[in-house]
Amino acid sequence: MRMIKRTDMTGKKAAIIRIVSIIAAFLFTSVFISALGHSPINVYFSMVEGAFGSAHRIRDTFTITIPLVVTSIGIMIAFKMKFWNIGAEGQIIVGALAASYLALNYNHLPKMVLLPAMFLAGFVGGGLWALIPAFFKVQFGTNETIFTLMMNYVALKWVTYLQYGPWKDPGSLGFPKIANFTDAAIMPKLFGVHVGWIIAIILVIIITIMMNYSKAGYEIAVVGESMDTAKYAGMNVKKVILSALFISGGIAGIVGMMQASAVNQTLSTQVAAGYGYTAIITAWLSGLKAAIIIPVSLLFAIMIKGGSFIQTAYQIPQSAAGILQSVILFFVIGSEFFIQYKLVRNSVMEKEVA
Amino acid sequence: MKDQVFVKMENICKTFGTVKANDHINFEVNKGEIHALLGENGAGKSTLMNMLSGIYKPDSGSIYIHNTPTKIGSPKESIEKGIGMIHQHYKLVEVQTAKENVIMGQKGSFFLHRKKLSKDLKQIIDQFGLTVNPDQKIYDMSIGEKQAVEILKVLYRGADILIMDEPTAVLTPQETKKLFAIMRNMAKEGCAIIIITHKLNEVMEISDKVTVLRKGTTVGTLITKETTPRALTDLMVGKSVNLSIERPLVDRGNRLLKVDKLNAIDQEHVKVLKDISFELYEGEILGVAGVSGSGQKELCETIAGLYPVKSGEIIYKDESLIGKSPRSIIKKGISMSFIPEDRLGMGLVASMDMVDNYLLKEHHNQKGFFIKRKPIEEICKKMIDTLEIKTPGVHHPVKQLSGGNIQKVLIGREIDTNPNVLITAYAVRGLDIGATHTIYDLVNEQKKKNVGVLFIGEDLDVLLELCDRIMVICQGEVTGIVYANQTTREEVGLMMAGERIEGMVMAQ
Repeated sequence: MRMIKRTDMTGKKAAIIRIVSIIAAFLFTSVFISALGHSPINVYFSMVEGAFGSAHRIRDTFTITIPLVVTSIGIMIAFKMKFWNIGAEGQIIVGALAASYLALNYNHLPKMVLLPAMFLAGFVGGGLWALIPAFFKVQFGTNETIFTLMMNYVALKWVTYLQYGPWKDPGSLGFPKIANFTDAAIMPKLFGVHVGWIIAIILVIIITIMMNYSKAGYEIAVVGESMDTAKYAGMNVKKVILSALFISGGIAGIVGMMQASAVNQTLSTQVAAGYGYTAIITAWLSGLKAAIIIPVSLLFAIMIKGGSFIQTAYQIPQSAAGILQSVILFFVIGSEFFIQYKLVRNSVMEKEVA
Repeated sequence: MKDQVFVKMENICKTFGTVKANDHINFEVNKGEIHALLGENGAGKSTLMNMLSGIYKPDSGSIYIHNTPTKIGSPKESIEKGIGMIHQHYKLVEVQTAKENVIMGQKGSFFLHRKKLSKDLKQIIDQFGLTVNPDQKIYDMSIGEKQAVEILKVLYRGADILIMDEPTAVLTPQETKKLFAIMRNMAKEGCAIIIITHKLNEVMEISDKVTVLRKGTTVGTLITKETTPRALTDLMVGKSVNLSIERPLVDRGNRLLKVDKLNAIDQEHVKVLKDISFELYEGEILGVAGVSGSGQKELCETIAGLYPVKSGEIIYKDESLIGKSPRSIIKKGISMSFIPEDRLGMGLVASMDMVDNYLLKEHHNQKGFFIKRKPIEEICKKMIDTLEIKTPGVHHPVKQLSGGNIQKVLIGREIDTNPNVLITAYAVRGLDIGATHTIYDLVNEQKKKNVGVLFIGEDLDVLLELCDRIMVICQGEVTGIVYANQTTREEVGLMMAGERIEGMVMAQ
């Protein structure tokens, strides 16, 4: 056996390989579930049931899908530029923080004014948080991976500080929590799910158009492929990086606003709930294509929601679903090898040549 | 015994993916013979030699070294069999001496027997007439000396089969002469030497026999004395080609570019451009000659606004370009296309299609938020027709095209922007003969349109035939500017080595 670089890979073939790798990941996890003494088939069906078994569960699953989709979209923009933004978690938190500031201090405003203002604040907050590592990258060449990652902890500790300190709700009898939002700061629902799903769909459309048909998207792609080429072509590389990161972080910030407003209805350290990290996986699995982000995020939402269901139904720790997610990631990253190369048996090779 | 066979390769096949790099190649080299391996880029020369040096293994076929069937599994085994390869890019440790480089990676006792080593090295140096001081550090050496160290290395390891991959690419004509003398000595001492090249004059000068490869197959092995450059070219290309390069007469127009005492330093604060001064006029081709790494890249980039200038002036028509952004320089009609060694470094985005690559500079001129690809598709289709670019379509990623076609896309785009100044570096690097001449024609057409062309080249013969004037640079300095039709190879070669010719006036 030996490996040969593929030249005949089509998008369709690549998609098939990725789907096969996801199936293989499920098979692999089956071994693990069997070892726990359960039937993997039953467990998988229960997960689906847990995610879609009732109207309430469906609503929950979609509520998880929304932040995954939107965060993935944000991350995708940075990744297209090969700027490894691992800081969506922090950008979500800062977006939530900025929106919460308005929600807590301007709750006398009418809903129609307050919500759009919170939306904008979330965008700007997340965007500015992402702008900091971007600035240091273009100015001093710092490593963005480590920088954005560290910024997550800084953001988180800010919220902890506010929660235990200045923003602590006096009415909570000493319990360290921030006051619940008033009705004016809570996003309305449509078909039982908060309107974030409409925002998610609109964002997917806008960003798809931006990345594929606008000058800005084109410049981001060129910078991602080669900074030298971008400079040679007369692009303002620094400006491209800074503005792309502002949008990338801003979109994550919107997630923070939506989670604080519609889901938690307050600000807490749990606001990002790991979506910033899970979305790295979903963004990557969707091949950095906006439209593919939706089904991939839904799959992960099913696993998250279904994972918590099997916990109660089978007494399997929810981490089992976490393991499934990780195994899928491993298999899909591994499948990239088969997209780049193919294995050929030596005897076959000689026949072809002869 | 001169006809003792040292290397015999029989029916060698090697496939990469779907490409047959070598298809039943037969090749034989005798003791004491200098054998040239001639072929265009992609003909399979390097693949074939890499199988001798243990980097690749043949899919089928057999190799005989010194008449014994041999399987060469790794570069180490290849060295043990007495095969030494001198690569185009030297593999030396700069901070060590020649001697230390030679013994590196050698088996031996724990202690170095320095005295014996020095004696052995001295003997080899004298025997073959190498010019190298074993105790000199590599970073103090010229390119020619470094190459001598590489040769010393393989000889010390006892190689009697030497493979040289384009050994003259980085040498001045004078250094080339020296190298050839060494090669003749080695042949006299009983080595078998294989020289990979695509320069015909070198084949004629140095080799005893020549094997021509074309598209992975052996076209034939000839005795050099019994053939002509013409015949070899025809074999190499597979059809009759016209080798002469045109130099159309164009009346020189106004001054376009004036570079005055230009200095630049790199990140290590080493001067890469020293007091460069020259002028470029409408309707002329100004060639730039120099061994590679003499500052060509930096010169191109400073004019294009991509490399910081320390001092000096670049004046285009009547205004200074210093401090202008690359984009505003492009807008003034100064187009730069630099073909790096890997072809795709700067100027093109490998994974994008022709349309998106065309848009690199063009998109600045489009108005509005959206990018318009439709009109560009038409332009690209036209470009494919006029330049005979072989591609499945305008939406095919450029990295999947062959080298020649990639270069046509790049130069085609630059010319399409109707530049006033066209800077092109290594435009024909690695191209086959047909494509090379297409590019020369394109450049000449620009000259006829009164464009000022700065043509940075590798092949002196081409520069002498194509250009109006030639500027010679050496280590970032201009050592002379001469009229191409009033100079000789030798004169330019001396200047490339850094000598200034007594009483020479810079050609205006």
